[in-house]
Amino acid sequence: MARTTFDKIWDAHVVTSTGDGSDVLYIDRHFVHEVTSPQAFDTLAEKGIPVRRTDKTTATADHNVPTINQHLPISERLSREQVAVLERNCEEFGVEYYGLQHHNQGIVHVIGPELGLTRPGMTIVCGDSHTSTHGAFGCIAFGIGTSQVAQVLATQCVLMSRPRTMRITVTGQRAAGVQAKDIILYIIARLGTGGATGHFVEYAGEAIEALSMEERMTICNMSIEMGARGGLIAPDETTYRYLKGRPFAPVEQWEAAVEAWQALRSDPGAQFDTEYTFDAADIAPMITYGTNPGMGIPVTGRIPAANGSTASMQKALAYMGFKPDMSLLGHRIDHVFIGSCTNARIEDLRAAAAFVKGKSKAPHVRAMVIPGSMRVRTQAIDEGLQDVFEAAGFEFREPGCSACLGMNEDKVPAGAYCVSTSNRNFEGRQGRGARTILASPLTAAASAIAGHIVDVREVIA
Amino acid sequence: MEPFKSLISTAVPLPVEHVDTDQIIPARFLKMVTKRGFGEQLFRDWRYHRDGQPNADFVLNNPVYRGEILVAGHNFGCGSSREHAAWALVQYGFRVVVSSEFADIFKNNALNNGLLTVEVTPEVLHEVFSVIERSPAARFEIDLPEQRFTILETGQEVHFEINPFKKQCLVRGMDELDYLLSLDQDISAFEQRQITFA
Repeated sequence: MARTTFDKIWDAHVVTSTGDGSDVLYIDRHFVHEVTSPQAFDTLAEKGIPVRRTDKTTATADHNVPTINQHLPISERLSREQVAVLERNCEEFGVEYYGLQHHNQGIVHVIGPELGLTRPGMTIVCGDSHTSTHGAFGCIAFGIGTSQVAQVLATQCVLMSRPRTMRITVTGQRAAGVQAKDIILYIIARLGTGGATGHFVEYAGEAIEALSMEERMTICNMSIEMGARGGLIAPDETTYRYLKGRPFAPVEQWEAAVEAWQALRSDPGAQFDTEYTFDAADIAPMITYGTNPGMGIPVTGRIPAANGSTASMQKALAYMGFKPDMSLLGHRIDHVFIGSCTNARIEDLRAAAAFVKGKSKAPHVRAMVIPGSMRVRTQAIDEGLQDVFEAAGFEFREPGCSACLGMNEDKVPAGAYCVSTSNRNFEGRQGRGARTILASPLTAAASAIAGHIVDVREVIA
Repeated sequence: MEPFKSLISTAVPLPVEHVDTDQIIPARFLKMVTKRGFGEQLFRDWRYHRDGQPNADFVLNNPVYRGEILVAGHNFGCGSSREHAAWALVQYGFRVVVSSEFADIFKNNALNNGLLTVEVTPEVLHEVFSVIERSPAARFEIDLPEQRFTILETGQEVHFEINPFKKQCLVRGMDELDYLLSLDQDISAFEQRQITFA
């Protein structure tokens, strides 16, 4: 029977089944961070059991770390203690740990791929919903809760019922100024924030195949924002080119690995439970106007009169200080955040820097650039991007999740508008009362310069 | 985990769609390294004003509504995978959440903590909200072995679906981890036969 990429990977990882609809799924790579792991390590300690496969477990500190002065002890007590607990757990249980200042440290979904720990055909989990990012390599990658973090630490397995499959095909070519972020914000706006619940998505089509690995990661990253269990893209030459020579990529068995990876593509005629097709030519630079990622419009569009129930729509617009039928083009902004597991890779920084070069941010805007990892930061410095950003008045800081979720000091003040390259515009996400407008790195950079929301198509050369 | 068989209770209505886990428990409370103390922070920014005073407009501060059942709008628990959201709901005193759809990760986290998610049709959800609005003292019954949700006020009974394995875990108060640990030999056999590339 013709099988999808998802089916092939899933079938290859079933250890056993419960007999009543759940599979015991073997996990090839487990990423661990400081926020969702302490209680899981406690479970193992209470039961007196070890981490089953320390060689398949990688830890880093990213969610709850400052993005300046990382060489100093963390000043905030609870954050310092949480990071110390992770370090201690890793030491006691023998787990590889990339702490602050380590050259491999960074946002967990940035470091996995750049180190070659994320490879086609794998099953990957992390106590973080944006684990879907790794699907860009042709993986089944999904976020789990802390109970499951304990299960994977202890047994290298999770218990799951098989999700339904969905294929989202994007045909054609995108216009200049339209980035991967715009493609995924468009898809989420079309499907809605719960539109893919219960499904695992495969992205396909000409416009997807044309994307770089960094761009594919941006797409897969936000699968969770439409409720999907995860999202993947079949591996191809772009994938292999990116992976070859990465620190943990296969060396001796490279050829055999590529041959196996090529067999992962969905068979012709493979059936998906749900299918959607979009044309890349219909996609404009996107922004969000509400309090979930499904509330998105083209930057030149107007806020719709309705989206879901009236009460929920009114609550969202009241929070954002917007009204139906309003255009956001030219709307004054206060903050710009370029960062997060969605858009803090080297290509994102390059795209933003290329636009910013030789310009200055609007005086009233605070603009922050948070590289996704130590490697991204180092590379950006080597390429002169730090100088470009700083000359334009942007802060160029150290790696971490930062203002994406506002666990550290990098918060947006109440009432302020922030154009953000992150993934969630939930109420209070970037700080209590903060108003988040999700957008691409290019739209964020251009809006920082202008001091208001701009259509990048009007300002790029 | 405490076994869950059945429950009769009044319910607390939260007719908001897409309630994300950042609302259930804001990120700034995720710095704790134990499972304790999250109940006080449940819906923190909806429940309390910035100055720390309770927001009288929020349902948890309305003495009219009490109970161990939370009834919420479509797509409850979307967003972050933080299990702290489930811990906060349980520690506050909820044992059941009723909605027309739950986000996948939240549902899994809830069930792993003995918090039953009851998924009903949008029509039934609408009816439940109407019944509570008419009479806040209305009671509801959940029978897990029978997978039955009953609006006692009207006698309307509806069937709800639940993963059979999760149901067994809840009914027996059994932990999934113990089951997985019992599969040690199967897991070792899998590890032996799996092909990896170096």
